[in-house]
Amino acid sequence: MNPVTKQLLVTPSPHLKAADTTQRIMFQVLVGLMPALVASVVLFGYRSLILVAVSIASCVLSEYLFNLITRRKQTIGDLSAVVTGTLLAFNVPSTLPWWMVAVGGFAAIFIAKQLFGGIGQNFANPAIVGRVVMILSFSGPMSSWVLPAMAGGVDGVTTATPLALLKSGETAGLPSVGEMLLGLRGGCLGETCAIALILGGLFLIWRKVITWTIPVFFLGTVAVMAVVVGQSPIYYLLSGGVLLGAFFMATDYSTSPVTEKGKAIFAIGCGIITVMIRAYGSYPEGVSFAILIMNILAPHIDTLTRTKPIGGVRA
Amino acid sequence: MAYKHSLRSIRVPHLKYTEDCAAVTMPVPQTVSISMSQHMGPPCTPTVAVGDTVLVGQVIGDSTAFLSAPIHASVSGKVTAINDLVTAQGAVCKCVVIEADGEQTVDPSIAPPEIGDFDSFIKAVRASGLVGLGGAGFPTHVKLNPKNRAEIDTLLVNGAECEPFITSDYRTMMDDTDDVVDGIRQVLAHTGIPKAVIGIEDNKPKAIDKLKKAVAGMPIEVLPLRATYPKGAEKVLIYEATGRVVPEGKLPSDVNTIVMNVGSAAFLSRYLKTGMPLVSKKITVAGNAVAKPQNVIVPIGTAFQDIFDFCGGFREEPDKVLMGGPMMGIAVHDLQAPLLKNNNAILASTTAEMPVYEETACIRCGRCVRACPFLLMPAAIERAYESRNVELLKELKVNLCMECGCCAYSCPARRHLVTTNKLAKQLLREQGKK
Repeated sequence: MNPVTKQLLVTPSPHLKAADTTQRIMFQVLVGLMPALVASVVLFGYRSLILVAVSIASCVLSEYLFNLITRRKQTIGDLSAVVTGTLLAFNVPSTLPWWMVAVGGFAAIFIAKQLFGGIGQNFANPAIVGRVVMILSFSGPMSSWVLPAMAGGVDGVTTATPLALLKSGETAGLPSVGEMLLGLRGGCLGETCAIALILGGLFLIWRKVITWTIPVFFLGTVAVMAVVVGQSPIYYLLSGGVLLGAFFMATDYSTSPVTEKGKAIFAIGCGIITVMIRAYGSYPEGVSFAILIMNILAPHIDTLTRTKPIGGVRA
Repeated sequence: MAYKHSLRSIRVPHLKYTEDCAAVTMPVPQTVSISMSQHMGPPCTPTVAVGDTVLVGQVIGDSTAFLSAPIHASVSGKVTAINDLVTAQGAVCKCVVIEADGEQTVDPSIAPPEIGDFDSFIKAVRASGLVGLGGAGFPTHVKLNPKNRAEIDTLLVNGAECEPFITSDYRTMMDDTDDVVDGIRQVLAHTGIPKAVIGIEDNKPKAIDKLKKAVAGMPIEVLPLRATYPKGAEKVLIYEATGRVVPEGKLPSDVNTIVMNVGSAAFLSRYLKTGMPLVSKKITVAGNAVAKPQNVIVPIGTAFQDIFDFCGGFREEPDKVLMGGPMMGIAVHDLQAPLLKNNNAILASTTAEMPVYEETACIRCGRCVRACPFLLMPAAIERAYESRNVELLKELKVNLCMECGCCAYSCPARRHLVTTNKLAKQLLREQGKK
C-alpha cells in the first residue's frame, strides 16, 4: 500500500457538484443564439457577422480592461460578455457603422455591468442598456432599416419595419405571416427570423438554462394586449424584438426575479409595457424599454414573491 | 408508481459501486481510539483509567446528561491512554485508547436484557449504547420515549440511503432482513406504536422485494421512494410517508412519528437476543483511491488508516477523505481519525472523483431556490448573511435548513451555500443568547 504523504484536502460539503457552471450555461445560451445568427447572415449578409464580432470584441475587451484597471480577478472566461455582445449586435440594424456598436458594447459592459459589481450585480440587462444608449446617441442610424436581399431589398434603400407600418396603419405593405416567420422583413439583424429565435428559445428551455415562465407570460401578455389595443396578435408577436426579448433578454438571470411567481409578474409587466409603447408611445418598438423598466422593478418583485418555506413558523 | 407526497429533490449520481459486496468483518486492529463524543448531546466521561484491562462490551464512558448514551469497549485489551481528540466538528473531547490483546474476550456480565415493561425496554436500549445510526447520532432511548408517546401513530424506518456511494444500509436490508424486521416488531411491541413504514429508494428494488415478502401479514408497510436526493433526510421521509410537515424547531414526535434507521432496527434485534452493546458498525468503504471498495464491519474506534489498509490500501494517494457520503460527509484531515457509531461510510477519493471547485460570483440563476426541498432561498440567505441581517435571516427561515447540500450541488457558481447557511444559523444562535 502507498503511504499518504500529502496533506488531505478539507472543504465543506457537498463534495460533488452538478456539471453546470456559469461558463457552461453561457455557452448554452450562445448555442441557443446560433440559429438566429445564421439567419441574420443569410438575411442581411456578412455585415451581420462583422457587427456581431465587433460587439463581442467590445464587450469582452471592456470587461477585460475593467478587471485589469480595478485589479479584479479576470472574469471574461465565464462567456457572459460574449453573450451580451451577441445580444447587443442582434439589436442593431445591419447597416449600423461598426464603431457605434463598439460604443454600445462599452456602455453595456463597462457602465451597466462592471461598474455595478460585475456578473450577477447589474441592475439592468447590459445589452438593453447598450441598445438604449445607442438609440439615444445614434437615433438616425439606429432606426434606418433595410430589407433582406431575399425579400427584394436593395443596398442603400431603406424600408419601414412592420411595426412602423402597423403604427401608421399602412397594412398594405406588410409582409405575409410566412415571410415574418422566416425573417423576410426590415428589422434589427438578430430579431427578424422568428423560427430561428423560437428554435433557440426552446433549446434553452429543454436544456433547463431558462424556465418557460418568462417567455410564455411575456408572449401571452403581448398577444392578449394586442387584441385589447385592436392589433393582430400574430403580427405583434412576430414583429419587432419581442421574441428575442422574451426568450433571450428578459430571461437574464441577474435582472429578472428568482421565483417562478416573480418571473410571471415580471413577464406580464414586460408584455403590457411593450404593447403600451407600441400602441401609444412615440417609439414604434417598446421591448427594450419594457424590459429595462421591469429590470428596475425586479428586486421589488423578488421581495414580494419570496418563497414560503415548508415548516416555516410565523415569527 | 405514484408518489402521494413529494418535496423538491435533485438528481445526483448514485455511484453505488459496492452494492453487491456483502459486508465482511474486519479483524481486530492493534489499537482502537474510542471517542467519548459519539452522539448528539454532551460527551461522555471515561469510566476507565489508564492501565485498566477492559473486555468487549464493557462500559468505558458514560454521562448523566439526558441526551447521551454509554460507550463500550469494542476490543478486549488494556487502556494505554486517554487523549484529547479533535472531532470533525472541531470540538475537543476525550478519547480512550485501547491496545487490543487480540483475544476479544467478552465481558461476562453481557446477557440478553430482561424486559418487562416499557421502562425496562428504554433502560435496555440506553444500556445498548444505541444512537441513530443514520448519521445524526440521536440517542435512541430518548427518541423512543417522547412525551406524547401515546400519540405516536407511525414508526418510520429509514432505508432510503440517498447519499451517493453508500450501500451499508442496503446490505443490512439484503443480508440481515430478518434482524431488520424483528427489530421493527420489537419496537412496535414495546412502545405500542401501531404501525411501521419502511422507506426505501426505488433504486434498490431487490431490498424492496425482499422486505415486502418479509413483512407480509405484519403492520409494517414497505414504501418505495423515488430515488432522488435527499429522500433519506428525516423530515423529507416523514413528508413523503405521511404528508406531515415537521415545523421549525420541532421533532418528528411532534407530528406523531418516530424515525429510525434500518441499521438501528437490525442492531436492536441482535442486542435484545444477545445483550452485546454497540461495539461495531457496518460501513461502506469506497472512493476511487481505495484499492478494494467494499462493505466492512468494523470495531468502533478503529483508525480510518487501518480500515483502508484492510481494504487493500490506496490504489493512488487520496486527495480527500470523507466521513460519510459526498453530499453531507465531513472531510477529515487525519487518517488516524477513529470510526464513530454514526459513521456509515468512509470515502477516499482523488480530485478526479471529487474535484476542488472554484467559487465564482452568484449569477442569480435561482437553481438553489428550485433545488431546496423546503423552498428556502439560499442565495437570498447568503446575501442576508453577508450583511449580518439577523431579522432577514429569520424571515428567510434559515433555521429550517437541514444542510442536505441540494443548493450548493446545483450552484453553477459553486457558492458554498451550505456553509453560509450553517454560519447563518450559528449567527442566529449567538444573537439568541444575547
